[in-house]
Amino acid sequence: MTYVIAGSCIQDDSCIEVCPVDCIHPKPGAPDFETAEQLYIDPEVCIDCDACVEACPVDAIFPDFELPSKYDYALDLNARFFAEQGSTAERTAA
Amino acid sequence: MTEARPRVAIIGAGPAGAFAAASVLRARGDAEIDFFERLPTPWGLLRGGVAPDHQEIKRLETTFDKQTLQRGCRLFGNVEVGVDVSHAELMQHYTAVIYATGAQTDKSLGIPGEDLPGSWAATEFVAWYNGHPDYRGLEFDLSGRRAVVIGNGNVAADVTRVLTLGERELERTDIADHALDALRESRIEEVVVLGRRGPAQAAFTSAELRELGRLEGVDIRVDPNEIELDPVSLAWLDEEGTFTARTNVALLREFAARPERPEAGRRITLRFLRSPVEIRGNGRVEAIDVRRNELVRTDDGALRARPVDEAVETIECGLVLRSVGYQAVPLPDVPFDERHFVLPNRSGRVLSVDGELLPGVYAVGWIKRGPTGILGTNKRDAEQTVSCLVEDLAAGVLPEPPRPEPIDALLAERKPDLVTVDGWRAIDGTELEHGRRRARPRVKLASREELLAAASTSAGEPVAADGHR
Repeated sequence: MTYVIAGSCIQDDSCIEVCPVDCIHPKPGAPDFETAEQLYIDPEVCIDCDACVEACPVDAIFPDFELPSKYDYALDLNARFFAEQGSTAERTAA
Repeated sequence: MTEARPRVAIIGAGPAGAFAAASVLRARGDAEIDFFERLPTPWGLLRGGVAPDHQEIKRLETTFDKQTLQRGCRLFGNVEVGVDVSHAELMQHYTAVIYATGAQTDKSLGIPGEDLPGSWAATEFVAWYNGHPDYRGLEFDLSGRRAVVIGNGNVAADVTRVLTLGERELERTDIADHALDALRESRIEEVVVLGRRGPAQAAFTSAELRELGRLEGVDIRVDPNEIELDPVSLAWLDEEGTFTARTNVALLREFAARPERPEAGRRITLRFLRSPVEIRGNGRVEAIDVRRNELVRTDDGALRARPVDEAVETIECGLVLRSVGYQAVPLPDVPFDERHFVLPNRSGRVLSVDGELLPGVYAVGWIKRGPTGILGTNKRDAEQTVSCLVEDLAAGVLPEPPRPEPIDALLAERKPDLVTVDGWRAIDGTELEHGRRRARPRVKLASREELLAAASTSAGEPVAADGHR
């Protein structure tokens, strides 16, 4: 499984600060950060630790199996962000 | 090194001000922070801007409360800086003053007929449905069958949703009662949304755009011909297009491919490459004329909409909401950059008109950088401003305020009806209680009188005599 960020994300970076495996992107300073409308979780890297859920001030993060139906698109959207814009490995290598 | 505890005034208790207060407390836990807020309620656009059907975003107020008011920040609500208390008076009592006043007006279109009754700034409609006390008396005529929304940003998406959501959906929100009553009677069947540029340049987030296509009982119409990308946009999307732009284009193609649903009670029609040229009507809005644009790449590489020389199209409508951007207004006694509509500043340190640093004066949020970014953008913006402030404190470049005592006596004399944290808690409690009774998240008190009356039911003195608790 993986955690998923839904469209109500406000780009508060509290989740990035607590993620132990650095799988939430783009990070402040990354070239696509300013134009990003939300943050995304890399499903290939997420270890399902729940830390981001606790940190999110607007409850925008869900485990994939509890994703509300109005956010059913978000699992695919999070994965597609890394496929199109660069994986966590590529981003952290830079 | 400043010996005394730094005393910081934050002008405006919206998101930028709240993030700034939290940031000051993280860096200088000894700081005494007071919010000066024009309204009787804190949290600015989180309460008065964020759409009522986006309740999850409003949860941020819990974090703001925890990180500021619960940590001893004081609230002076219903106090307007520049009217009730001057900038010079603040500088007498505070080590630092941070302006976080946002951008309160809207940009105009500059076309004939813009001032006809029935033509409004979308921000006025937003303030009205969100229960901003200064906008309660507005009367929107929703008796026409068609409304036109000008602009392709998230405010445009918000007002489009509010105009098309059903009564049942609206009743589940904290929309102001007067707006709920008016929208129940609305006869609007179609909302036409006009974008100056093409689908690849729409400023909607993909989340907002997707939502427009998922409203219950609302059909979404997009003409496939209007979203066909011209070669300039195709190249742009390929080379510089953002993830959001690509997602938006894919969503619009999906909308365009949907079969029409005549049985839907309401309809949203998204139009692209269309600019309004005139709003027409006999004494009130009856129609809007729009002209087609084409995209051209200018010398600086930007994609501009250029009007095409052909007959205008007339769209009949009874309501026009323009949503082409917010704009800040000058504040009394502080410099203002008339070209960029911000306080002139370097990383948040406010400058005089001649570019000299004004020690102890800072800016954060929209009044600092212009009306861009989303809520979280203000967090990083606040961190930048506050790191300047903390640096200045450590370097000892901020003069001690001439008057060592808190500003309380002056405020008590001038604004006996100011709203403190206790007053706000009383307002909040009243609104939540009314909400519980009607199975709604909150029922807003939407006039200044009601808000002040609820605030005055709180126990204790308006301002604690000894200043900070």
